[in-house]
Parts: sequence; C-alpha cells; structure tokens
Amino acid sequence: MTSMTSDASTVSSAAPLEGRAARKAEKARQRKIAKDEAAERSRSAKSGFSNPANPLRSWALTIITGVFVIYCLFPLVWLIINSTKTQQDFVSTFGLGFGHTFALWDNLVTVFTYQDGIFGRWFVNTILYVVVGAGGATLLAIMGGYALAKFRFPGRKAVFAVVIGAISVPGIALAVPQFLLFAKIGLTNTPWAMIIPSLISPFGLYLMWIFSEQAVPTELLEAARVDGASEMRTFFTVSLPLLAPGIVTTALFTIVATWNNYFLPLIMLKDSSWYPLTIGLNQWNKQATTAGGQAIQNLVVTGSLVTIIPLIIAFLALQKYWQSGLAAGAVKE
Amino acid sequence: MTFTKKAIALVGALAMAGSLAACGGSTSSSSSASSDTSSNEKVTINVWAWEPALKNVVPKFEKKYPNITVKLQNVGTNKDEYTALDNAIAAGSGAPDVAQIEYYAIPEYAIKSQLKDLSDTSAKDHQSFYTPGTWASVNYNGGIYGLPMDSGPMAFFYNKKVFDKAGIKSAPTTWDEFYQDAKTIKAKTGNYITSDSGDAGFYDSMVWQAGGTPFKTTGTDTVSVKLTSDAGATKFTKFWQKMIDEDLIDTKTAGWSDDWNRALGDGSIAGLLTGAWMPANLLSGAPSASGNWRVAQMPQWSAGETANSENGGSSLAILSSSKKADAAYKFLDYVSHDSEGIKTRIDAGNFPSDNDTLKSSDFLNQTTLTDSDGKKNEYFGGQKFNAVLAKAAANVTTGYQFLPFEVYARGIYADTAGAAFTGKTTLSKGIAAWQSKIVDYAKQQGFTVK
Repeated sequence: MTSMTSDASTVSSAAPLEGRAARKAEKARQRKIAKDEAAERSRSAKSGFSNPANPLRSWALTIITGVFVIYCLFPLVWLIINSTKTQQDFVSTFGLGFGHTFALWDNLVTVFTYQDGIFGRWFVNTILYVVVGAGGATLLAIMGGYALAKFRFPGRKAVFAVVIGAISVPGIALAVPQFLLFAKIGLTNTPWAMIIPSLISPFGLYLMWIFSEQAVPTELLEAARVDGASEMRTFFTVSLPLLAPGIVTTALFTIVATWNNYFLPLIMLKDSSWYPLTIGLNQWNKQATTAGGQAIQNLVVTGSLVTIIPLIIAFLALQKYWQSGLAAGAVKE
Repeated sequence: MTFTKKAIALVGALAMAGSLAACGGSTSSSSSASSDTSSNEKVTINVWAWEPALKNVVPKFEKKYPNITVKLQNVGTNKDEYTALDNAIAAGSGAPDVAQIEYYAIPEYAIKSQLKDLSDTSAKDHQSFYTPGTWASVNYNGGIYGLPMDSGPMAFFYNKKVFDKAGIKSAPTTWDEFYQDAKTIKAKTGNYITSDSGDAGFYDSMVWQAGGTPFKTTGTDTVSVKLTSDAGATKFTKFWQKMIDEDLIDTKTAGWSDDWNRALGDGSIAGLLTGAWMPANLLSGAPSASGNWRVAQMPQWSAGETANSENGGSSLAILSSSKKADAAYKFLDYVSHDSEGIKTRIDAGNFPSDNDTLKSSDFLNQTTLTDSDGKKNEYFGGQKFNAVLAKAAANVTTGYQFLPFEVYARGIYADTAGAAFTGKTTLSKGIAAWQSKIVDYAKQQGFTVK
C-alpha cells in the first residue's frame, strides 16, 4: 500500500513536466502490474490460497452478480425510459422502448407546474420531514445510544429490553393507535403528526449503542475527564468524531425510512398541502381511476424519478461511510 | 431526556391551544349560521372529495357565497376516502363537513347515523329534479342522505373498428348476441369483447340489470343476502361462467391498470360494460383509439326489453358531526342543484344526474369530448353519444338495494369470487363463498340475517 501511494505521487508530480514520455512510462507500468497480478492469481489458485486484495476472477460469480445487477437496475431503467414518454406514448408503446417523442423535459416542467406546482410543495414537505424528523431521530439515537453505552445507571437492562422489543414492533402496527392519540390532542393534519413519530428510531438507538461501545474507548473518556472536560464537551469534541461512521449509518437508515414512509402520512394527513411525495404521487396515480379523472401516468413516472434522485445522491455521497459503519465492530482490537 | 419531554409537552400545548382556538372559531360561526342564514360571518367548510370537476366548481361557489370558504381536500379515491372517514369518525375529530359518498356506500353511513338526514331542507322537494335511479340511491329508510352529483347508467361501449374487422354490423342487443359476437371477435381477430378480472361493483350492476335484488335491508337491523338463490344473480353468474370457460372475456388484465388502458387503445379489449361516466376516461386513458369507439344500450336478457342499472356515481353528503350544516347544505345545493354548478361539472366530464340536463338539446347533440389541452375530440366518431347515454339513464330500474356494509363486502369480493377469474374455482362457488363471508360479517355486526 505505502509503496503504491508513493509511486502514484512521483508519477503525478512528474507528469506535467514530461507529458507524453511520462504517460508512456505509466502505461508500461500499469501493464506490468496487471501481468504481475495475473501471475499472482494463478499462483495462489494453484496453491489453493485466496488473496482478498487480488481476488481470482470467476466467470460464474461474475454472471450471477451480473444477473443481480440487471435485476436491481431493471426498475430504474424502466423508470428512466418511461419518464421520457408522453401520456399517449406511455399507454401505446412498448414498455422498454422509447416513445415517438422525447418528452422528458416537458414532463419535468409539467410535474412542477401541474395543479399550481403542488409537487414542489410535496417535495419541500418531504425534505422538512426528513431534516427535522430523520435528523432529530439521528440526534436522539446518537445521544441515547452513547449514554447507554458509556454510562452505568440503574435500569440500563430494562431500557435494553424495551429497545429490543421496540425494534421487533413494526411501525405500521403502531400507526393506527398513534393516529387515535394524535387525533385526541388535535395534532393530525399538521406536520407534527409526521415529525414526532419519525423522531423515534429504536433500531438507530440500538445501532448507536453498539457502535458507541466499540468505537469510543472508555480510556479516552477517562483521560478527557481527568483533563477536566465536562461531559458535554467530552461528548461533542472527543466522542462525536469517533462516532462519525455510525452516525452516517443511522442517518441513512432514518432518512430512507422517513423519505419512503407511506402508511403514517396516509392516515395522519388529510390536507394535500402537507402531503409528502409518497402520498402525493399515489394521489396522482389514482386520479386516472375515477370518473372524469385525467390519466397522468407520465407525470407519476417522472415524479417518481425526481423523488428517488435525492436518495440516490445521499447513498452515493455517503456510501463509503456506510460501508465502514456496517463493518465496525467486526474486528476486536 | 428531560429536554425532549419538555419539547414534546411544549409542542403538545401549542397545538392544543391552536385547536382550541379553531374550535372557538367554528362554534361561533356555526351558531350564527344556524340562527341566521344571511349572516355576514365567515365560515369555512371542509369538503372531502376526489371528483376532479369540483376543483372548478369551488371558485364559482365562493364567488356566489363570499362568506363561505370551501377547503376541498382529496384524501383518497373511494375506498381510501372511506377508510379515512371511518378513522376520523372513530377518533372523534378531523372529520370533514361534507364528503363525497358513492351511492353504494350511502346505506353504510346512513344506517349508523353518520350522515345528516336532509329531509327538513329543500332537498325534500327535489325528487322530480333527479333521475329515478340516483334519487332512489340517496334515499334510505325514509331519509335523504345526500344530493346526487353524477350518475353512471350502464352502457355498452365498443370498439367499432374491431367489430367491423370481425364482420359484425351492429352492437349486440341481447346477451345471446353478445355471446355470439364475443365468439366471432375472438375467432376472427383474437381480441376479447370485454374484460373482467373480478370487480364487485361490476357484478352488482350486472345482477341489478338482470333484475336481481340479492340484498335487502329491513329497518336498521335485518338484512337478507340471497346471492346464491336470487334469480337475477344466478342468471348472470351462469352466463359469466360460460364466458370465462370459453375464454371469451379477458380475465388477466386488471381494470384501470396501465395494461388495461393500453388494451383499450389497441383494440385487444374491444368493449366495456360500464357506467356513462366512461367517455372522459376513455379519451384520457386510450387517446390513440379516438374515433374507433361507439356507445350502445346494454344487451338484454330477452329481446325487446330495456332494463338497465347504475354503475358508480356519487353524491355529496353532510356528516352528522358537522357544526356548519347550513353552509354545507348551500354547497351541496350549488354543486348538485344549481344550474351553474351542474354545468361546470358536466363541462368537466361528469355524467349528469338531473333530468333538465339530460333533456337539454346542447347535451343530447354533443358529438365531441374536450381533452386536457382544451381541444375538441370526436372520440365516438361523430356519434351523438349523450343521446344514447341519456336513454340509458331513463331505463334504470329502481328497487335494487346495496348492503348496509357494502364497502366491506366489495373489499372481500376479490378474496372469494375473484378466484373464479383465475380458474381456481367456478364463479358460482366463488359467489357462494362471498355470500357466506357476507353473512358471517353481518352477524358479527349484530344484524339479523334472514
């Protein structure tokens, strides 16, 4: 590893100076590396060892993963293709082929202008629920998980039992009782009906608890305390940076859960100006099934595409943290 | 932890203060509304409806009644709205003042006194204003529980291009002809004459058209369910089984799906037995078939008869929990009785429920539909389709009753009778299973089943 990085740095610093010659040398070097790696693979295959840094290529596995990739990307490809069609093309042309006209831009404009631009409102609502709800859930999970992992107090075991129990109760099962409670205090039909239940993430709490236990050495906390740092300061300046991968993981879980939440807003919200995207899109979709309703499947499909873009960005931007978060605690040091 | 608790308590307190303020507002306005109808105080009524045409009606209503503001919410289409309504009623708060209720669901809400009886309003004089079918649908046990908004007399919509290709000169007038035509179309073009993948509303309408009355409610606590012995029900069940057995109807394409719209467009489903509200949906869902479709009266069980039934159609009703019933009734009256309100909805594609519109020459001579871009479209190839549909409306027989828990019953149709459409059982066995589940549920709900 170290030799490779130093190689790379010499090459990159030399490149601007000697242009073509340097590129030629680099190409030759890459060829040599590839040859060496292939040789190493065949050696380890012969002796029956595996080398995770330089794995043997298997046709069978490549095909199986390829099938999975196609399986996973298929709906996405369908979505992209069909968001370029007009409503007329959507119901009259082949599902996986393009239509007679390329209407993606028209569709995008119409999605954001249809019914006085209500889609934009739904988009903002969803972001509000995600930022306040999922953000709050993450914050609560971090603080709660950290406290349970690093402080000793009576009732810890009981909290553990409650949290584990809460994970096994699906959120959908609680939605109706929550609706009745919220109706009693007059909070249905307000954004609070969406935000307050979203603040609770037992799984996030559990994840942060386990993660804090592994990622924050107790010795470090003791050192901070000896140096006179308050508990708050210890938490924010010493522990939080260490918890970063776990935080990202928890945040991703809660963001996805809130972004995709369907049943809770379905029963809590009756005012379309507070709908999140999931409910709003479904309302558009149902519009065609009513007498005199205009079919707008092209807008539903394009709207769905717009809806998943922020999630895709979040995943691509955060996936490296996520991977390290998932693997945390796998090796005991 | 204490911080969170405080925050939640604060949020709760704020919200409660807000709702209390709202309550205060509503009480004052409702008391004034009931004591003085020409009051100058502002009233806001909440309306739950999925009918798209209402969006155009509300601004005109508010212009006519500047003191009434209408908050129109689409909380879901049919069953979704009823679930939301049930939830709000159970929770004791959050229910609207006015809700769109389909005719088949009226008994369900009326029998539980959840809808306001309009017998003491001007509605009692409206009988001759509406078609017999729609008026009968909003009347229940001697009360009037809504004003008819639109209606759906059944008609046979068919793709003339496919019929021509199969060499069929005119639409079938009897069910025997329908069966023969289905065979011809299947043999010559490979297309289906119609589709049904298990739709309870369609089954009800077809039984009604066959003269059946499988459901009867007496008083508020006695129902009879005779799906397996009623003459109309058994007649249709047997006929439809023959159509399924000989693969003459498309049982695989689910109604209202994208595939269904596609099939209506390309002719692979060449006909529809459905309500008169269908034209606007055909134009929107199957625009490519413009000019190919025609409308005809429903086929009959014996030649020369004119029996017809309703499919779909809905009313606006006032919830009995509403404290603004006066303002709410003004809205109902404007939407369903005022000529301006009615015209606005008809222009948006509603099929009328009032006799005046059904008799007006503008309506009867209409040959075009208006698409979403405002362009006129001769979807029915120049046919005066409304003349056919108006006649269909006049032919609707009265006397058919829905169950007082029809929403639930329709919800379990797919689990019982639905299996017949995939060939797992026969329709008569499926209907028998539906019957026994309906009876079980009726007993659970405390009804005496005769």
